[in-house]
Amino acid sequence: MTLYSFLRRSAIASAVTATLATGVATPALAADRELLNSSYDIARELFATVNPEFNAWWQEQHDESVEVKQSHGGSSKQARAIMQGLRADVVTYNQVTDVNVLAEKGLVAEDWQQQFPNNASPYYSTTAFLVREGNPKEIDSWDDLVEDDVEIVFPNPKTSGNGRYTYLAAWAYADQKFDGDEEKIREFMNQFLGNVKVFDTGGRGATTTFVERNIGDVLISFESEVNNISKEYGEDDYDVVVPPVSILAEFPVAVVEKNAERNDNADLAQGYLEYLYTEEAQRLLAGFNYRVNDETVQKEFADQFPETELLRVEDVFGGWEQVMDTHFSSGGELDQLQRR
Amino acid sequence: MQRIGDAPRTRRLLIGLAVALSALFLLLPLIAIFAQAFTEGIDVFWNNLSDEYTLAAIGLTLLVTALTIPVNLVFGVFLAWLVTRFEFPGRRLLQTLIDIPFAVSPVVAGLIYLLLYGSSGWVGSWLDGYDIQLMFAWPGIVLVTIFVTCPFVARELIPLMQAQGSREEEAAVTLGASGWTIFRRVTLPNIKWALLYGVILTNARAVGEFGAVSVVSGSIRGETNTLPLHVELLYQDYNTVGAFTAAALLALIALFTLAAKAGLEWRATRREQFR
Repeated sequence: MTLYSFLRRSAIASAVTATLATGVATPALAADRELLNSSYDIARELFATVNPEFNAWWQEQHDESVEVKQSHGGSSKQARAIMQGLRADVVTYNQVTDVNVLAEKGLVAEDWQQQFPNNASPYYSTTAFLVREGNPKEIDSWDDLVEDDVEIVFPNPKTSGNGRYTYLAAWAYADQKFDGDEEKIREFMNQFLGNVKVFDTGGRGATTTFVERNIGDVLISFESEVNNISKEYGEDDYDVVVPPVSILAEFPVAVVEKNAERNDNADLAQGYLEYLYTEEAQRLLAGFNYRVNDETVQKEFADQFPETELLRVEDVFGGWEQVMDTHFSSGGELDQLQRR
Repeated sequence: MQRIGDAPRTRRLLIGLAVALSALFLLLPLIAIFAQAFTEGIDVFWNNLSDEYTLAAIGLTLLVTALTIPVNLVFGVFLAWLVTRFEFPGRRLLQTLIDIPFAVSPVVAGLIYLLLYGSSGWVGSWLDGYDIQLMFAWPGIVLVTIFVTCPFVARELIPLMQAQGSREEEAAVTLGASGWTIFRRVTLPNIKWALLYGVILTNARAVGEFGAVSVVSGSIRGETNTLPLHVELLYQDYNTVGAFTAAALLALIALFTLAAKAGLEWRATRREQFR
């Protein structure tokens, strides 16, 4: 075989592969319409469950099938991708700040929090603890976390929204306990941060540290995530503790108006987010350990979600912008606490 | 005079150490990948493999590779030909430029493309006006893969073509051959093994590229998710077996590539001996 014929043959072969590949890459059954949902990284399974149900719901009303495509990643990275041209129709994030960024760029309506109920947050969660079986260090509340012999694992608030909530929850608790006495709050936070054994960059890394490397007495994360981890890695090995006071973590949703209009999806995007508030969807969400506002579903899942006082970021800290400025900016409160 | 390694005992010790280290660092992880993929039995392995999104990821990876290889093949040959057969100002600069994709971290490469071709980038915003989207779609993935893998073919060819010199081609010119005939009947047969070697390396890298692709992919499952990205995605979903199944598939492609490379090397040395 001469090289020329070899090259010709491989050219044909690669053309065949390419055709085959496109054949595989395009789904066999194309839906009437497509919607792209840009979301945070641990919500993949959740929306994989919600989307087919939404399709059925939409089809019943409008007689057209919908395929919801999913894009997942760290939600700041996701927001950045939309600014760079990812044509997502809707966003479902775990950080209010990441939707705000899109609103600043004019991609999302300025009053996006007023466009859907509950501050455009169809479900919510809070910060909870995962402790080792039998809770040997008797950790029930934030106070127990500042004991000398307790080792804490949670992601770095600088790089992770999850870690940010943990930091804010501890601060909000101390603020309530010491009635706003900043000196005492800082002392509490100092001890709290001093007990952190490992600061991973993200939630997944912190889970690995706690579960697989067996480091620390307590892992702090979203209540939903803590429940999932305990389910995944063995409910016999871990206990979930929800502290009596914690922070409200909203999961904001918004229509990316510019993209939805361009994709002729404005009605569909609106419908998708509205669907998340229906009883049916709320039940699915609760099944993934998220707290919901629908009263019927709340009653059904009452055992699963211990009653707890949830403090709002807006009430304790005056809003996200202020939080980012005073606490997490370079040289801010967090930096100063860690330097001590 | 005694040198290190001359004493049989030292030699055996060194060889033993090298083998043990290779087994520990190379072989064991490879075995672990396959072992992990099959921990829950062959059925689970097949289920994971035939998952709609895994198939889409395989398809996309194949598509990207199938488009990257011909482009870089032509580009690499053209570049090597230019640099080794002609004298022109800027030739050395060009030779250095070829190495940029090697020198630059793939993540940076991805970011550069994003800044240029993203909807707010210089080129991207212009294209956006015509409703053409490159980033966060498969064309963007192909673009960065081409960028990351473009030096492989040229880098294999340049030293060889330099060593061979242009005498045979000059002889062909004096015999009246046209440019295309010279290329096809003189140049190409001389460089074919190096060319294939370059293609194999391009293939290996194109299939496995993670960093640059991760930046421009937008990770839309079933649409812009390549096999390496899919491994990470499954792992984050706590689907360890699925992640290792996809990883085993990647490892398998790598093993085939290595076998092809070893086969080529073996053929090349055999040809040398017959000369």
